[in-house]
Amino acid sequence: MNQIIKIEIDGQVCMGQKGQYLVDVARENGIYIPTLCNIIGMKPRGACRLCTVRVNGKLMTSCTTPISNGMQVETKSEELDNLRNGIIELMFAEGNHFCPACEKSGNCELQALAYRFRISVPRFPFQFPQRDIEAGHPLLIKDHNRCILCKRCIRAIKDESGKSIFAFTKRGPKVGISIDTTLSAKMDKTLAQKAVEICPVGAILPRAQAFRSPIGTRKYDKTPIGEEESSKKDPVAL
Amino acid sequence: MNNTKIESIVGRYNGDATRLMDILIDIQDEMGCIPDDSIQQLSRILDISKVDIEQTLTFYHFLSKTPRGKFTIYLNNSAVANMFGRKEVAQAFEDAAGCKFGEVTSDGLIGLFNTSCIGMNDQEPAAIINNAVFTRLTPFRAKEIIRDLRKGKSIPELFVAGYGDGNNSSDLIHAVVNNHIMKKGAVLAENYELGISTHRAMEMSPEAVIEEVKKSNIRGRGGAGFPTGLKWEFCRKSPGEKHFVFCNADEGEPGTFKDRVILTEKPDMIFEGMTIGAYAIGAEEGILYLRYEYKYLQDFLEKHLEDLRQKNLLGKNILGNPDFNFDIRIQFGAGAYVCGEESALLESAEGKRGEPRDRPPFPVEKGYLQQPTIVNNVETFCSVVKVIQNGGDWYRTLGTKESSGTKLLSVSGDCRFPGVYEVEWGFSVNDILDMVGTDKDQVQAVQVGGPSGSCIAPNEFSRILCFTDLATGGSLIIIGKHRNLLRDIALNFTDFFIEESCGSCTPCRALTPILRNKLVKIIEGKGVMSDLRDLENWSKIMKTNRCGLGQTAVNPILSSLKNFRDLYTSKIQQDVAYDQGFRMDEAVAEACQATYRGFNY
Amino acid sequence: MKKAVIATTSLAGCFGCHMSLLDIDAKILDLIELVEFDKSPINDLKTFTRECDIGLIEGGCCNSENVEVLKDFRKHCKILISVGECAIMGGLPALRNNIPVKECLEEAYLNGPSVAGNNEAGIIPNDDELPILLNKVYPCHDIVKIDYHLPGCPPRAGLIWEALYALLTNQKIDLPYELVKYD
Repeated sequence: MNQIIKIEIDGQVCMGQKGQYLVDVARENGIYIPTLCNIIGMKPRGACRLCTVRVNGKLMTSCTTPISNGMQVETKSEELDNLRNGIIELMFAEGNHFCPACEKSGNCELQALAYRFRISVPRFPFQFPQRDIEAGHPLLIKDHNRCILCKRCIRAIKDESGKSIFAFTKRGPKVGISIDTTLSAKMDKTLAQKAVEICPVGAILPRAQAFRSPIGTRKYDKTPIGEEESSKKDPVAL
Repeated sequence: MNNTKIESIVGRYNGDATRLMDILIDIQDEMGCIPDDSIQQLSRILDISKVDIEQTLTFYHFLSKTPRGKFTIYLNNSAVANMFGRKEVAQAFEDAAGCKFGEVTSDGLIGLFNTSCIGMNDQEPAAIINNAVFTRLTPFRAKEIIRDLRKGKSIPELFVAGYGDGNNSSDLIHAVVNNHIMKKGAVLAENYELGISTHRAMEMSPEAVIEEVKKSNIRGRGGAGFPTGLKWEFCRKSPGEKHFVFCNADEGEPGTFKDRVILTEKPDMIFEGMTIGAYAIGAEEGILYLRYEYKYLQDFLEKHLEDLRQKNLLGKNILGNPDFNFDIRIQFGAGAYVCGEESALLESAEGKRGEPRDRPPFPVEKGYLQQPTIVNNVETFCSVVKVIQNGGDWYRTLGTKESSGTKLLSVSGDCRFPGVYEVEWGFSVNDILDMVGTDKDQVQAVQVGGPSGSCIAPNEFSRILCFTDLATGGSLIIIGKHRNLLRDIALNFTDFFIEESCGSCTPCRALTPILRNKLVKIIEGKGVMSDLRDLENWSKIMKTNRCGLGQTAVNPILSSLKNFRDLYTSKIQQDVAYDQGFRMDEAVAEACQATYRGFNY
Repeated sequence: MKKAVIATTSLAGCFGCHMSLLDIDAKILDLIELVEFDKSPINDLKTFTRECDIGLIEGGCCNSENVEVLKDFRKHCKILISVGECAIMGGLPALRNNIPVKECLEEAYLNGPSVAGNNEAGIIPNDDELPILLNKVYPCHDIVKIDYHLPGCPPRAGLIWEALYALLTNQKIDLPYELVKYD
């Protein structure tokens, strides 16, 4: 049984169903909350923290917060903009994101977010970490320089029996994505393609195909990320 | 390792992949490490992928894929260890062993490794060698230990001066650890009699037990201070196939060691508290999540559990009640401070990386194996035993109005009598300083509540220890005037948080090291005024982290910046407005060396 | 009206950003109405002849000379702008940032395929007149304060124009979405 729940986002009354996450309700009501680690339709993990908003005055990630009646949500304020930009800038500073040479440039969600918020340079010093490129796989290239550790590949890519192919290893700043050699060798083209598509940045790339669309025709060249969502204005059918 | 060996280890846990922690610990105990081929076999036997094993294995500090020496020396590198000569001890270990920290000697005999606080702050420098604790180390003692190990002596043969006080000397512990109980209150008092509270609880309905706990107004003793009765009530009311009781004995906040003392002296009281909790929420299984650093207590605690089963205080039909079955097992961690956070603890107990969960749902709704679970601190369970024994009203006569009862304080650092003090809530920091033997003129700061707490200056010493003023999990580190507060305390604590971050949230993982580098820049005299503003502004992003560790990871910097601003401003370059730390001579050194040329700038 | 004075330089860059500046097409005529150039490769003026209003920096700092030039720019320019990815974050040259300098030099002068057999004496140039490589390539704002950053590889001609025009006419810099790109 669907139970309709009424909440308020930035002063706008929004409807959603019981059990829905805030980020989804916002989107369905035409309000864009920036995300990176979230995958629509999958159990959230709240890894990137980008979708942090104020829920009844408290900082919460909107991808992991189920809505409840009368919830007061604030998604825009000087404070929240500062936190959000800060997190995006951290990702640029933490890895080696050299956009001009990246196959994902123009279609990259991290880059698109930085464009949307007109970030010209991170406030943080670039760390230039030592990271590897794994190019041993027949279908995929894993460039750890660009990985933002959002866990999307970990959560979305499993083999046919549901086993993990990608996983976090180590912890803290040393954390990285590890690929199961046995299981990844058995990946078929469809699954490999899914892994490429699930990666928001250029960290998982298909072999032998790059720079297919010319500059000016790529996903975020002219349309900011989130425009689609916020122009939808298609409240959930009651 | 051969297949059958791994199969037999897995067999101990019925092939249950959620027991991966135990399995990995057992493999390492038998082999000294967990090599690739055993990961391969384990993956086949448990039918999970290799990366799922590696994600857990590589998360924990004490688990290793490569050998760490026949004798592995884990030397604590907490701030207090450093105050009391850790550096010299480490040097002596390195000189005597002939290898550096992080390495194993070429003959494979000795491995030297750093480790975060091992709960011995009252007897530093301390180290763990093959699960045995060595305290009050000196450079001489370090050399002696290495010499004796080279001679072929076993660990027990290394103990030359007898064992510690209380149960530390008992046959099942035999540790050179001292309790240093300096003041006893409700929990540590001698008058504890096993079973009285369980009896009393079982004469009441579970709801009445919860009411009594609520009446006592007791709040969690781990640091977060959530009302215990409320937690139990939520859990009891949550639907589930099973309910679970967890005791959080993962005391990892540097400077905290009071749980170690309770575990050593009052284990039955902990188990009785868990049993009362189980009765209240309707659980049949209890788990003591014990930090690996306290593995030396394992046999002793197992024996106590066995005795309780014999006395029908654990097991089937407890005290003849046909409807109440409850037993407890010990789950070891493997070196991860973040597992002290209750949801990370549950993840770890399920054999996974100790990454805190997203909330809601809370553990009382979906906890261990997605079932309703209470997770309470060691001290909380003990306090509950007293609440049930003497009543909630009695308990409220102790402490202050909002903060009832007693609190065990772990006091260490620059004082004459470091140790455990059980006091009622409501004492001021000044009172404590008098009690523990300090010359207050010589105290520069007190770190209250460990690195995640606050570093306060003398002008705040009149503040009161209680939930409404200075809330604390119980650690007080006294820092003398002769200490370098920024380098020896703030930087050490920040390094601790970097080491112990799970790495999941972006700000905790990426920003803490950046702020740490700014602190180093300031310490090195390269700081400018804008660095202080950056520290304050940038650290606001840390509020978006998921767990308490992440949210407080830069508290050592923020709190010292707030309360000891002069220490920072005195290191700032006065006439320089902009400096990111670039120094030409440092930047060209490598190239000059490679091309054999000098540089004069 | 007194014209604003602009200086430009390319540090560890490829001159692509300068090309992009010239790529503003007919607007170059408008620009010349607004500014005159001091030290710049555009007019081949090698040294500063006066204080400048705006300095445009292309490229990051990969050697000691880059640092000196950049500091000189900071000294002579009221406003300093990092133009392009190399100035902003090191760019292509910074791909060497995780390789030890010694290894880079040996690859470039001793072992690389293009030098094999041509440097039998095995000399890595070390004349005192030569700039010294830094341990890594530094973004310009790691060395001196930079007032504005214009991203892109190169920044779109329109972006450079919009930013300069806004600065020169004292308007708020409000860059259109289509022009702010990192590639």
